[in-house]
Amino acid sequence: MDTSGPRTVKKQQRPVNLDLQTISFPITAIASILHRVSGVITFFAIAILLALLSQSLDSEQGFNNVMETLDHFLIKFVIWASLVALMYHLVGGVRHLIMDLGYWEELDTSAQSAKVSFIITGALALIMGVIVW
Amino acid sequence: MVNNVSTFGRSGVHDYLLVRASAIILALYTFYVLGFIAFNEITYLSWSGFYSYLPTQIFSLLALLALLVHAWIGLWQVLTDYVKPTGLRLGLQYLLNIVAFVYVAAGILIIWGL
Repeated sequence: MDTSGPRTVKKQQRPVNLDLQTISFPITAIASILHRVSGVITFFAIAILLALLSQSLDSEQGFNNVMETLDHFLIKFVIWASLVALMYHLVGGVRHLIMDLGYWEELDTSAQSAKVSFIITGALALIMGVIVW
Repeated sequence: MVNNVSTFGRSGVHDYLLVRASAIILALYTFYVLGFIAFNEITYLSWSGFYSYLPTQIFSLLALLALLVHAWIGLWQVLTDYVKPTGLRLGLQYLLNIVAFVYVAAGILIIWGL
């Protein structure tokens, strides 16, 4: 392999930045990946929600069993987390629909709307907490 | 035009529309159910009454079908971007789409005859 020549020299002169602390995703990229992550979480959470729905509608005894199951802190937390994932996915989806209509497509406005979608999700997470607890 | 044989719609434009159409249904259904839970006293009677109400049942069926379409397209997008080996990707997609279908079937059977 030929290691001399202009190609190799150019390669060596390239700046290298391996300090991960100086690299961060823009907020819009974080909003985008969270939309995917929350969508996948929601997909799997639906199995749990359908199982609970099935038992709660089966009989009064089944309904009481579900209510008892929902008393456990861990289960409450899983349901709450699933609902928060769903809420983020929903808010992010509405943001996408608004962008489809031609708004918030610029760098500054899309970053702002990403921030706003995080804040709205935070507020909805609180409301979900009130409903679950 | 590029046609994607493994996704739900027959082209990117078709998928683009279907994922949004189903998203609107799913968002409205979420508001419908969460709204009921938030603003009503939830007992076995009120809860089973809600799900035996014909509009709720039809809306639930619509939401289940929208879920199948939405999950199919969304999971296709995620898998296409992150799982590069074709065999593994198609295998996962096959399995997850079956799961999505099971959701539809389970949902229908749960509310059937309430």
